[in-house]
Amino acid sequence: MEELLKVNDISVVFGGLRAVSNFSMTINKGELIGLIGPNGAGKTTAFNMITGVYTPTEGEIIFNGTKTSGKKSYQVTQLGMARTFQNIRLFSELSVIDNVKVAYNMHVKYGLVEAIGRFGRYFDEEDKITEMAMDLLKIFHLEDKADELAKNLPYGEQRRLEIARALATGPKLLLLDEPAAGMNPQETKELMELIRWIREKFDLAILLIEHDMGLVMGVCERIYVLEYGLCIANGTPDEIKHNKRVIEAYLGEEVL
Amino acid sequence: MNILRKSDLKRIVACAILFAAVQGLLFAEIIGPFWELNIVLICINIILAVSLNLINGYTGQFSIGHAGFLAVGAYTGAIMTVKLGFPFEVALVVGTVAAGFLGFLIGLPTLRLNGDYLAIATLGLGEIIRICILNIDYVGGASGLMGIPRFTTFAWVFWIMIFVIFFIKNFKNSSYGRCCLAIRENEIAADTMGIDTTKYKVMAFTLGAAFAGTAGVLFSHYFYIAHPASFTFMRSFDILTMVVLGGLGSMTGSITGAVLLTFISAYLAEYPEWRMIIYSATMIVLMLHRPQGLFGNKELSMKMFGLGGGKDGRTAESK
Ligand SMILES: Nc1ncnc2c1ncn2[C@@H]1O[C@H](COP(=O)(O)OP(=O)(O)OP(=O)(O)O)[C@@H](O)[C@H]1O
Ligand SMILES: [Mg+2]
Repeated sequence: MEELLKVNDISVVFGGLRAVSNFSMTINKGELIGLIGPNGAGKTTAFNMITGVYTPTEGEIIFNGTKTSGKKSYQVTQLGMARTFQNIRLFSELSVIDNVKVAYNMHVKYGLVEAIGRFGRYFDEEDKITEMAMDLLKIFHLEDKADELAKNLPYGEQRRLEIARALATGPKLLLLDEPAAGMNPQETKELMELIRWIREKFDLAILLIEHDMGLVMGVCERIYVLEYGLCIANGTPDEIKHNKRVIEAYLGEEVL
Repeated sequence: MNILRKSDLKRIVACAILFAAVQGLLFAEIIGPFWELNIVLICINIILAVSLNLINGYTGQFSIGHAGFLAVGAYTGAIMTVKLGFPFEVALVVGTVAAGFLGFLIGLPTLRLNGDYLAIATLGLGEIIRICILNIDYVGGASGLMGIPRFTTFAWVFWIMIFVIFFIKNFKNSSYGRCCLAIRENEIAADTMGIDTTKYKVMAFTLGAAFAGTAGVLFSHYFYIAHPASFTFMRSFDILTMVVLGGLGSMTGSITGAVLLTFISAYLAEYPEWRMIIYSATMIVLMLHRPQGLFGNKELSMKMFGLGGGKDGRTAESK
């Protein structure tokens, strides 16, 4: 199996708090991996390090053969990694389709002069971008809302739009931070099917953060479990289900 | 795409008609010198407002030193024609490039930082430029640079204004513009879209500064003089007021703001003390009742009045 992401022993310290400590993980091409753990375990922080929002204080991250720790977030995206946010971050005053079109900026083939003068590849490229964006919106059943402002979408659709936008950057690895948060069970089920489907269709690896163990168990091939910044287990859903420390961590949370 | 091309063509034809009409009225002397001056001023103010809107409205940065770039354009342009004897066209190019280059130099370090550093830097820059000019005898110091030939005509300001408007409109409706808007909307998310946010912020800021420089050259070559008192903080504030009045992020808003405020100033020319009072009162009323400005970030279009505008749908864009 071909290795896509290699996280080597990364840690980050926020003023005395080790939010993530000596975390390692490997993701191969096309895998669907889960990252779970109780509240405040450091899942989002791990995401932020992998995507370049934070620089790890120790350790290194290698993505697709390139060392990415220390690179800026936009550079990591340009190498083929895309993400969504736990607290949705759409371009709220832009239309739904413009949210997606923004994502094609790395692949646009016209220059500033062509854009201003509207000649050369400008019109062809814009047509192509519009078409690709519409195709993506169709997959997420958002084509009818293409011209609405992103902020006016209902919550579940905003979450889907964020995934569509991330896909438009053309990633090899997609990181989803609690994509089902705030959705009802029916929506969640549909979303999980959609996630499985886009992995096949776009030939992606996906790293998925989820609170809900049961949900992750159903879709992921391997799972990493974080607690208080430490990785306490990793393995197949079956192994995780029967892991004593994981059960304790989750029971502990419930007792609290 | 054909719709886009056609609508651009229609707009240019409309501009040409407007130009012919005003030029005709000027020629027939139906519009007297006082209003001619104000029409030129309107065009200059529109250039300033739409270029500031590119920075503050589209890219979401907060620049409050636009008069500084105006001054750089006014003085470098005048030096080119008065001191060095170059033609007006050269002065226009040099004034534009000089202001843009200064914008680039200021933007590069300050736009990397988050927060309001740009506001502080541009505020300081405007004052520094003015004080430097005051103390340089070569450009006339406190008494200003005089004897500038009147090269600016209505035709020059009008067509340069149209050029700037189309430039910024087309910029906005391209991938470059989308990146700027994305930065305004959510910088962290823009970053994860692979957008080098610093690059686009500096680009927008440099372009905005450059066009302010163009306006400066036009300004000094209309009024025969470049004087430091024309480029105080109050001038920057004037331009900002136009943009905010029209609605940050709306080009038609900026244009409307520039026209309205220039008219108000013109009518109040004899009562300068009233001008600031009315300005401030307008702003207070606006902030209370329509904090997003007259148009918000929408564009004025036929559709806004329910007059159709056709099924432009997705490709719809307005000036
Ligand atoms: N920028 C920051 N500065 C200081 N502390 C931070 C920062 N980001 C996260 N933390 C802290 O790091 C810890 C881990 O937070 P993180 O958001 O990664 O948890 P999480 O596993 O995503 O939790 P949740 O399930 O609630 O999303 C928390 O204690 C949090 O307060
Ligand atoms: Mg989280």
